[in-house]
Amino acid sequence: MPAGYPPTPTLLRNLGRVIREQHPPSRPSPSLLRLRPRPQLQVRSAATFTHRQHAQAISILPTLVDKSSPDFKDNAAQLTEVMSKYADLHQRTSRGGSEKAREKHVKKGKMLPRDRVTALIDPGSPFLELSALAANGVYDEDIPAAGVITGIGTVEGVTCMIVANDATVKGGSYYPLTIKKHLRAQEIAQQNRLPCIYLVDSGGANLPKQADVFPDRDHFGRIFFNQARMSSLGIPQIAVVMGPCTAGGAYVPAMCDESIIVENQGTIFLAGPPLVKAATGEVVSAEELGGGQLHSTISGVTDYLAVDDAHALVLARRSIANLNYPKEQPAPEEVREPLYDPEDLAGIVGTNLRKQIPMHEIIARIVDGSEFAEFKKDYGTTLLTGFAKIHGYQVGIVANNGILFSESSLKGAHFIELCCQRNIPLVFLQNISGFMVGADAEKGGIAKNGAKLVTAVACANVPKFTVVVGSSAGAGNYGMCGRAYSPRFLWMWPNAKIGVMGPDQLTAVMETVGKSVDPELRDRIERESDAAFSSARLWDDGVIPPAQTRNMLGMGLKAALGGISDDASTKFGVFRM
Amino acid sequence: MPNYRLPRAGVWRARSVLCSSPSHAQCRANHTKSQPTKSLDSILIANRGEIAIRVNRTAAQHGIRTTTLYTNPDAHSQHAHCSPFSFNLGPTTAYLDQEKILAIAKQQGCQAIHPGYGFLSENAEFARRCAEEGVTFIGPPPSAMEDMGDKARSKEIMNAAGVPCVPGYHGADQAPESLAKEAEQIGYPVLIKAVRGGGGKGMRIVKSAKDFQDMLESAKSEARNSFGNDEVLVEKYIITPRHIEVQVFADQHGNCVALGERDCSIQRRHQKILEESPAPFLDDSIRKDLWEKARAAALAVQYEGAGTVEFIFDNDTGEFYFMEMNTRLQVEHPVTEMVTGLDLVHWQILVAEGHPLPLTQEQVEEQIALRGHAIEARIYAENPDKGFIPDSGELLHVRLPTQSADVRIDSGFVEGDQVSSHYDPMIAKLIVRGEDRKDALRKMAAALQDYEVAGPVTNIDFLKRVCKSPDFVAGQVETGYIEKHRDELFPQTTVTPEALAEAAIASFLHSSTQASGAGVSAWQTSSPSWLKTSSDFQPRTFQFQSADFEPGPGKTPEVYSVELQQTSPGHFAVTTPSQAAPLQVSSSLNTSTNTITTYFPHTRQTSRVVFSSSDSGVIHLFTPQGSFRLVAPQPAWLSKALGVVEKPNSLFSPMPAKILRVLVKPGDTVHKDQPLLVIESMKMETVIRSPAEGSVVKRIVHGEGEVVRSGVELVEFEEGEATEPNA
Repeated sequence: MPAGYPPTPTLLRNLGRVIREQHPPSRPSPSLLRLRPRPQLQVRSAATFTHRQHAQAISILPTLVDKSSPDFKDNAAQLTEVMSKYADLHQRTSRGGSEKAREKHVKKGKMLPRDRVTALIDPGSPFLELSALAANGVYDEDIPAAGVITGIGTVEGVTCMIVANDATVKGGSYYPLTIKKHLRAQEIAQQNRLPCIYLVDSGGANLPKQADVFPDRDHFGRIFFNQARMSSLGIPQIAVVMGPCTAGGAYVPAMCDESIIVENQGTIFLAGPPLVKAATGEVVSAEELGGGQLHSTISGVTDYLAVDDAHALVLARRSIANLNYPKEQPAPEEVREPLYDPEDLAGIVGTNLRKQIPMHEIIARIVDGSEFAEFKKDYGTTLLTGFAKIHGYQVGIVANNGILFSESSLKGAHFIELCCQRNIPLVFLQNISGFMVGADAEKGGIAKNGAKLVTAVACANVPKFTVVVGSSAGAGNYGMCGRAYSPRFLWMWPNAKIGVMGPDQLTAVMETVGKSVDPELRDRIERESDAAFSSARLWDDGVIPPAQTRNMLGMGLKAALGGISDDASTKFGVFRM
Repeated sequence: MPNYRLPRAGVWRARSVLCSSPSHAQCRANHTKSQPTKSLDSILIANRGEIAIRVNRTAAQHGIRTTTLYTNPDAHSQHAHCSPFSFNLGPTTAYLDQEKILAIAKQQGCQAIHPGYGFLSENAEFARRCAEEGVTFIGPPPSAMEDMGDKARSKEIMNAAGVPCVPGYHGADQAPESLAKEAEQIGYPVLIKAVRGGGGKGMRIVKSAKDFQDMLESAKSEARNSFGNDEVLVEKYIITPRHIEVQVFADQHGNCVALGERDCSIQRRHQKILEESPAPFLDDSIRKDLWEKARAAALAVQYEGAGTVEFIFDNDTGEFYFMEMNTRLQVEHPVTEMVTGLDLVHWQILVAEGHPLPLTQEQVEEQIALRGHAIEARIYAENPDKGFIPDSGELLHVRLPTQSADVRIDSGFVEGDQVSSHYDPMIAKLIVRGEDRKDALRKMAAALQDYEVAGPVTNIDFLKRVCKSPDFVAGQVETGYIEKHRDELFPQTTVTPEALAEAAIASFLHSSTQASGAGVSAWQTSSPSWLKTSSDFQPRTFQFQSADFEPGPGKTPEVYSVELQQTSPGHFAVTTPSQAAPLQVSSSLNTSTNTITTYFPHTRQTSRVVFSSSDSGVIHLFTPQGSFRLVAPQPAWLSKALGVVEKPNSLFSPMPAKILRVLVKPGDTVHKDQPLLVIESMKMETVIRSPAEGSVVKRIVHGEGEVVRSGVELVEFEEGEATEPNA
């Protein structure tokens, strides 16, 4: 070995071994042996056995809610009042058009749209109605539910998207929000691969509003685009023609995989008898021009001829039964109700959004067994992350528990990455006024850390669900999977508010930049932040009773995971470090 | 018998021979000591259904080996399984195949044949053949059967023995005109009866001379089909008669006892449905006189074994007349067993073995004095509302009353069995005993309340009504009882609102559990909504109508609509036709016991609900208020969708049947109630009559000899008013 060459650790180890072998350690003296009669282990080691209940105990959320406190009672009273308004509004909307219109409809031997939906779905199965408050207070006229009922129901065991025109509301014609609701239903169907059933009974586009229903990308034509694209993706499209399908509307059944028509009731034509007469002078009845008999025996536009609504719906159910589509499966895990009553949520949140909402209490009333395996419990504590089960489905929960700081954003991005890697759906519980502002925050790189959270949310390809339980403001809305981030479903609580900032902050900001605040603007901002205002414009999929959040999410998860689901892996964008 | 059955039978036989050989030796030893008796160790039961099982039970109690027989349609029936030795006779009618039965008896080493009732039980020729083959026939000697089997001869013997008989013509001159003349002489109303008949078959009442020939022809044809002999007799018809019969037993040593009487006055279609002992309101001297005359009758023909002497008791005069003697064990023998505490089948075997009767007349009377009153109800698969026409089909559900020393059930069927249209539609006999008649009746009503049969229509509810009928309770019985109390016994049935609600809820739960199976996902237990429901989106309408509705010209069924919405799992808002506002109820269906328990605001009701699996879709509902058979009417669109043309001008078959005779031809104008055709089901002839006056027959859909299902079109009439001049 040349001098100056440093000995490697291996060499040193080998040397040591050689030396030890040459000079074995001296044996203990016989006297010592006598003192220790038998070699015996003084300390025994064994693995612990932990009982299941003890293991579970670390995940069970405790509750600090005092139901007898005045605070709780006030909150409950305030929110209950708001909720009863919503209940009334939904009740009114569920009746559909005017008394007269409904009577006329029934006299024609037609079923009301909600009865059609009921007859279509399996008895005892729930119907997850979407955006029931659509168009509420938007137009000069009253257009309940935007004249179309959309929702997810079970037909012959298959989870389906159902779109049913309500002919008792302006003849079922398409207002801009009707189109938006229809397209949203199709979007949900496509994302969750749900077969679509269109119960068509509509006069087509609303002509006075043609500028807002016809020309743009997300206007009337998009319906047929979606039908074609979904059909190409193997998502079945079934139409039941139970009334007129005129002009563009004619394409709904025509673009479907299978269509059913009710004789002497459903009609399909590109131009109705008046237009035909105006154009060519030909006088022809609607039934001759595009009735069920014609289309089922001569033109072949429809595939099945029904004698009435009930028959048509039985045929539609049969068509679904023949899709060879996966049926609903029981949840993968045993479903356990939360330990605490979800009805308490009203008393916990109240309506005053300036008060902090204790997010652990909310989660404890949403997840199975109130068990929440919290991730990074003590780091970035303004954002809660963790694993739980909802109706037996594994989810990752991301929930606001204060303003988003750099640490909480990093924690959120980390957790979303985990869920994407493991293919675990994400549930966002929003109560966010925004990311932290101020010199310290900017020094800490809140902009790039916030961007990491937004990148993670945007790129996450697992099913995402968002519930706005309080406020949804500013960039916090983005970081917490707002509408723009394509959650599969987005629901709001009746107390929730959505906007760039609250009216108070707006006033403060305006005053700071030296502008006086118009009180009318303040009121408008207040009004436009309301959940009902949001829901009427399809910024969400519905306002839900807080106590039903768990069930809503359960149904959303079933729709997303129950049938065929895409196995899309997530590739994240560049995280700025 | 097919060859492949032999090895198995051989094994059975080999084993039994091993077991029974020592006893053979023993009984031969006994034989030599006490000469007249022989031991019957192995009996062939030449019958089916409950009586075969009944005989088997006694035989088993006494260690007697039994062999049973079955036909192709009976292969899976209970009696074919109650003994390890069971042999296939083949065709449906083979219970009458004497040679085959005898061959099996000999091959199996059976020393005796028990014929039960019906079939070969009163066939003297068969009894003689048995004797020739050295097989004991458990029954009277052939000569006694012949004497009593021939109605005319039996009356001669009775007259000679001092037993009073009903005035009538029992002669050999069978010319229709002579019979009509005899009828005229006796005075209408008269009764035409098949000489070889029994059980109401081949029997017709004629009220006036103009009906005589029609009735005669019908009686003769039925007699021909049932007994292979169409000789008839004509006798006086008593207006308020009671049917009282005496159970007699005689041995080979010249002893004869009367085991009390039975009143079998409650009859429909001339067949008994309720029998009791002792007969209510019968003067003790008349009772004793009846017994005396019955014993005299038996002794006059050197009778042996069990027999029944039937009398017509004239309620108005207190006179009684000999009607006939049944030379067999009867269906209603358990009534006598209950009031005497005896086992008549065992007595039959003892007598056949040559033993003297175990009891004397005095001893029997002592027993009867101690044992109160017994009633038997026959549970038939038949529809009382449709003239008691027989029904058949699978017993989807059977629930029996609790049996005890005082409640006995002799049944040939269990749940899942088929009631075949080839044989008698009797499902079971329910016999109760009480301290007195009142006590027995109360027990009977309670037992009937617990008796549930779903599948074929049964007479259980009808029997319940009879048992509660005040005149019956008061003992005012007569053979015309059912006819006279028609209004009371056939009330307009109304389905209770509770029953309708339960029918709807059960249908709902039945369909939802069927659809989703066991794996109902938990989200289904609740769903989100602002509306007053967390389950069903909207209420649904359920429609029901009575399953017994008979379609016919101008008839529409009453349809009950029930609105039902499951507001949360197990909780329902239900609106029945009788209320305005929905009732909030909670209800659960236990699918393993078919029990539905519903908590209404005012009451809790637990009912049994059985859905028939067949396409008939009948829902059987057993509620505390009675049982209901409901069907969901076809939705309006269905017949249109199926392209079914409604046939308001058609007449449909009321039951599965064979068309015996067609009495009209296309183009005939028919009067209301004019006979159109005669169909036969379960050996019963039914005349299909014109439902309207002046209809013109367009088409006879099925010809003579064809077999049709229930609800099949039989006659099509011309549309419109047939009375119009141009028709």
